[in-house]
Amino acid sequence: MNAIVMMLLGLGAMFLGYVFYSKFIAEKIFKLDPNFKTPAHELEDGVDFVPTNKYVLWGHHFTSVAGAAPIIGPAIAVIWGWVPAFLWVVFGTIFFAGVHDAGAIWASNRNKAKSIGNLTGDVVGKRSQTLFMIVIFLVLLMVNAVFATAISGLLIKFSSSVVPVWGAIFVALIIGQIIFRKWMGLGAVSVLGVIALYLLIWVGPSVPLELPETVMGVSDNAQWVLILFGYAAIASLLPVWMLLQPRDYINGLQLFIGLILLYGATLLLGPEISAPAFNTNTPEGTPSMLPLLFVTIACGAISGFHGLVASGTTSKQLDKETDARFVGYFGAIGEGSLSLATIIAATAGFATLADWEAVYSSFGQGGVAAFVEGGANIISQGIGLEADIAETLLTVMAVLFAGTTMDTGLRLQRYIFQEWGGLYNIRWMQKALPATLLAVGSCLLLAFGAGGADGSGGLLIWPLFGTTNQLLAGLTLLVITVMLVRLGRPMYYTLLPLIFLLIMTVFALIVQLKGFYDKGDWFLLTLDLVVLVAAIWIALEASASLSKIKKEQKAENTKG
Amino acid sequence: MSMNIHSVKRWFSRAGELVNEFYNAPYRSAIARAKRDEDDLFMLLVYSEIMGVPNPAAYYTLELQPLMLERFHEWHKRMGMEHSPLDHFRCC
Repeated sequence: MNAIVMMLLGLGAMFLGYVFYSKFIAEKIFKLDPNFKTPAHELEDGVDFVPTNKYVLWGHHFTSVAGAAPIIGPAIAVIWGWVPAFLWVVFGTIFFAGVHDAGAIWASNRNKAKSIGNLTGDVVGKRSQTLFMIVIFLVLLMVNAVFATAISGLLIKFSSSVVPVWGAIFVALIIGQIIFRKWMGLGAVSVLGVIALYLLIWVGPSVPLELPETVMGVSDNAQWVLILFGYAAIASLLPVWMLLQPRDYINGLQLFIGLILLYGATLLLGPEISAPAFNTNTPEGTPSMLPLLFVTIACGAISGFHGLVASGTTSKQLDKETDARFVGYFGAIGEGSLSLATIIAATAGFATLADWEAVYSSFGQGGVAAFVEGGANIISQGIGLEADIAETLLTVMAVLFAGTTMDTGLRLQRYIFQEWGGLYNIRWMQKALPATLLAVGSCLLLAFGAGGADGSGGLLIWPLFGTTNQLLAGLTLLVITVMLVRLGRPMYYTLLPLIFLLIMTVFALIVQLKGFYDKGDWFLLTLDLVVLVAAIWIALEASASLSKIKKEQKAENTKG
Repeated sequence: MSMNIHSVKRWFSRAGELVNEFYNAPYRSAIARAKRDEDDLFMLLVYSEIMGVPNPAAYYTLELQPLMLERFHEWHKRMGMEHSPLDHFRCC
């Protein structure tokens, strides 16, 4: 089949989902009210609560949720063929992610813009709030370890990207200074910044940089992991305007440019999909598609991480309640479209089936590298950009996304440690530096503990990361469902996705548990068990709180 | 023609505003909070004598006290205190 057909079908379905399904959800289920005084107006303080234009808010929401995860997941999952990944991304976005993201904004908006973590405590119960903290910590831990591994793999495989990737950080630092000292307007700086970045990408292939294979017994992979965590630790301690803000801004621009390039090149070239629709010839050791597909692709279909962004920051800036539909649901569609572009790149970017099978030689192979290679083929043939420059471009895009997520993740993890320090009265843990070191230490433990001394094992935990991320989404859906039941509104539009997610995650955890046991991987087995306990706990909390409310409502009805 | 240039100009300035928002909105709160922390420290310096902390620059900071009064009020509200916590220094 031609990739253009897949592209039009996917984008078309998501668009229809926005036009019809999100309208139904917004008007009939959440009953968004344009006259509701949002927390941004009610508590306006110019710091956290600021009413913001809905397009700006969408751009900000979309770029904070879309990172490397919606690229890595689908790029791994197409090993089962393109149809399953395609269907889960498209229908996941329409019926799961959009409702989840818009719902999280709505729920938070109706509760003084509290974060979902606090809302869980208020709406469901204190026990669930503790559970929420644990799950968040696990997600952050895994995301940092996984991304460090993914980036180091990319930097080694595509050595042409090393100079532009680190160069981009200097470009960001300079932009930060220019803006901060008001030397130039933002428009001019953006243009200059993008030109500088693309010049670096253009130069990249002629100055490939490789680390020595081993330094004092440490492999190049492990060296990159260590360097990356060193960078992330420093970046997470710097004031935000210095690096984080300009770099996020460049990343945002990169995201739009990348999407336009990929979709544009696909339209111009119209490549045939070389990967099979359903792969009957999966390499040995590939786990069964059901349930693993549903946890391998988390971001891009539904992701709990979005709930954190939606409730922590987006809901505080919501100008009108009705904007939740556009910002939340359409934000999810933006991310779905990035995943769809990944699927196209990783299945239609290879000339023959044999080429494709060579890349997907075992489970966990392929991944981002397949996205880069396939995408580069499409871009270079579609718009005539040189292949190695296109490769460098996509690598830089993926690495910068993952890098941003890493230092944001590390920053959040540091806050959690500092909070624990305050909770248990441990003085030193409340300080920024020791807390950051603790966060880095725990991530390194996971990155090296999961895959041995060369640090390449981080990607082994990708499905486990997806599972935990889904659990987080499950908790958010539970909060929304409980709120809907209390209001006497239909609950099935959020309850059914919740049940589906819980079944799939528990199922996937058990399958993986067996896999880790067979391999004798006790480290990951323990981690899997922790997540499994959390999953079952959530299921119990969900049924307990829902049946309690039902009983209360029945009692009230008989009284009345 | 002049009409056209005018509308193009307007379009550009609108686009500029949106880009500025896109740059600033995500980090507005983090930066404002950092600034607020610094301001709180400065306020502590200005009012330090009231709390019994000797201040070598009291002669100069005394002049600033009335200017800081409004911010002091905001500060004790933010810290969860309905009224000024200082015995001899009532602001509300």
